[in-house]
Amino acid sequence: MARPTSAADAAGLGQGRAIAFVLPALALIAVFLVFPALWTIYLGLTDYRLTGLAAADPQLVGTDNYTGALGDPRFLSSLWLTLLYVGGSAVIGQAGLGFALAWVLRTRGGPLRRAVEGVVLLSWILPSTVVGFLWFALLDRDDGTLNALLHTPGFAWLLDHPLLSIIVFNVWRGTAFSMMLYSAALENVPPSHLETARLAGASVPQQLRDVVLPRIRRHILTNLLLISLWTFNDFTPFVLTGGGPEGRSEILPVYVYRVALRDGQLGAGAAISFLILLINLVFALAYLRLLRGRRRHQEITAAAGPPA
Amino acid sequence: MRLPSRPALIGIIAALALTSCGTGGGSGKGSVTLTIAANSIEGGKNAESAQWIKQWVIPEFERTHPNVKVLFQGSGVDDEQYKTRIALDLKSRTGADVIDLDGIWVGEFAQAGYIKPLTEVGGATVEQWEGWAQIPQAVQGLGIFDGKKYGLPQGTDGRVLFYNKTLFTKAGLPATWQPTSWQDIVDAGTKLKAAGVPTPVQLNAGTAMGEATTMQGLLPLLAGAGAEIYSAGKWTGAAQPLKDALGLYQQIYGGSGLGDPKLQQEAKGRDKSFAQFAEGKIGILAESDYFWRSVIEPQAGVAPMKDRDQAVGYAKIPARQPGAGIRGQDFVSMSGGAVRVLNPFSKNPRLAWDLLAFMHSAAATKSQLAGQVRISARADVNDEVLTADPMLKYIADEVLPLTAYRPGVAVYPQVSAALQEATAAVVSGKTADEAATAYQSALEDIVGGAANISG
Repeated sequence: MARPTSAADAAGLGQGRAIAFVLPALALIAVFLVFPALWTIYLGLTDYRLTGLAAADPQLVGTDNYTGALGDPRFLSSLWLTLLYVGGSAVIGQAGLGFALAWVLRTRGGPLRRAVEGVVLLSWILPSTVVGFLWFALLDRDDGTLNALLHTPGFAWLLDHPLLSIIVFNVWRGTAFSMMLYSAALENVPPSHLETARLAGASVPQQLRDVVLPRIRRHILTNLLLISLWTFNDFTPFVLTGGGPEGRSEILPVYVYRVALRDGQLGAGAAISFLILLINLVFALAYLRLLRGRRRHQEITAAAGPPA
Repeated sequence: MRLPSRPALIGIIAALALTSCGTGGGSGKGSVTLTIAANSIEGGKNAESAQWIKQWVIPEFERTHPNVKVLFQGSGVDDEQYKTRIALDLKSRTGADVIDLDGIWVGEFAQAGYIKPLTEVGGATVEQWEGWAQIPQAVQGLGIFDGKKYGLPQGTDGRVLFYNKTLFTKAGLPATWQPTSWQDIVDAGTKLKAAGVPTPVQLNAGTAMGEATTMQGLLPLLAGAGAEIYSAGKWTGAAQPLKDALGLYQQIYGGSGLGDPKLQQEAKGRDKSFAQFAEGKIGILAESDYFWRSVIEPQAGVAPMKDRDQAVGYAKIPARQPGAGIRGQDFVSMSGGAVRVLNPFSKNPRLAWDLLAFMHSAAATKSQLAGQVRISARADVNDEVLTADPMLKYIADEVLPLTAYRPGVAVYPQVSAALQEATAAVVSGKTADEAATAYQSALEDIVGGAANISG
């Protein structure tokens, strides 16, 4: 099959004109993306600070910032907290709950479905910061609505269960997105197949495994990739807890904020930002590999027809 | 939708171009704009200061300088956030012409090259300013780094123990109270606890309160135990005075119920402590006179107390025991204060100095004090004004003579953060000794080894 060697040829443009068209976009990307990224990598190798002598005359310190971060118990606990936050609120919370809602809405449809979707969507269209303040008002120890409702005066949700608090907040805020995605994905599953499976006596878990899952694998992986990255780089829990008490809800973005902007250690902050970028890359590549692998696997199995 | 015709477009563009010059930026032909930045905002944080700038400083200065337009750039954020914002402004050589800073930031800002000595920016007239003669040397020190004057002090403050007389009477304690040792504070707290006061003692602790923990909590205790945080070129490490100070924290937060450990960990803990004192839930609270004039002030306070003058007492902070404080004192305090600096990158540095000097003139200081009495930097004004408020007269007469200032050294804020961590450790259940040891190793990293640490 003869394919055009480039999009430019396909559009009937000369190579030179094509480059001219792409240049403005490339220039923008260079100025706003490539240069800052390289600058961040450079800063991460210096002892640059926001104030003091190291602000006027930063010195190259090699990989000190990296070894410093990796040797800092506060960084390691922050990394661990972040993984728990992503696992708990994105993977289990948003994706799990989102799928459950989508499934229930699909099987028990009717007029209820639109209403539930509307309500859940409301939580998603509110700005994150607003949602943060909302949950702060709910969970606060002294003036929180929740303590008033449950008659548990003085119960300190945010202080005694800081990680759980921000997980609940993030699940509440983000479930709608996953629910919508899975609702759309489930449209790919022909009702007749589920009907057949039901008549054959398959339980709901079996139906999910054999009929539903093969058809929505890619949606699941795409969804997990997106919400994991969003959650991993989420700063809004800061509104709820400020990273406290004493760092027990200090996920990585909040940790970077504290190191770079509150403590003024811009060099160390840059190094940690770069580490976060690497972790994100690992995440993304792992998902993409899975996606590609699954796709090939699907192409093979699709020929075999639907399992009954 | 049909696009407008070409002549119409040209007309629109011309109209836009005409309206955007002359009126838009407020800087017409031959006029100059100056900007003042402060962490105060109308209707929010330090509102009275924002009001004073907008309603008095700007009109008065513009009246005598017809070609000058003055703008106010207010903020209402945490001090740490304000500091970051100003540092980023100055780093990129932008920002306001006259800038409010906490005196304790002067050193690190000067080292970074963000601010320059006043004479370098404002010119030779700076030294001839009439105000220098009115500002006591100790207060001038707030704006001095490495022997050079970088800023004009706005005033100073002092720290005392505020106590709720109503609760004291309920607990069988005297309504006029002056503890002479730390034990007296603990004893009073124990009686308050027995009388059902939820939080007998509020001594700021932890990292969420930031500098308030250091300034209202640890440093006055350290002074009361006989040590300054920095003296003769060395920092105080895990020496006995520091262990004593952390020991009192342990007494208050380590399960005695005298203090509320959770309140020290909350993101908004300090604001909450203000509200709780005003609601009569806290017996004793260590704070600066800011608490009296801005927080529980009956009309405009953040947490107003209608009966402040009858219900709230104040006492000097005692040394650990009589004579155990710095310089052999029986009582101690800490003082700080804000300064105003000139932006070295100002386009009109001489004029900016005129504005700065004007903001610190006797007339300006008096007009500011009309909105809120406080200890100003000027002796000539204080003599006149302080009689209006017995509490501030008390600070001026009784507290300032025995007070101490934080070291104007660039690395201080990092040391302060390490001290906050030490109190946080005690609040979360560590012993004073453990916290002191961890502080010592953090301090060695900050100040470049044990050679620069005493004790």
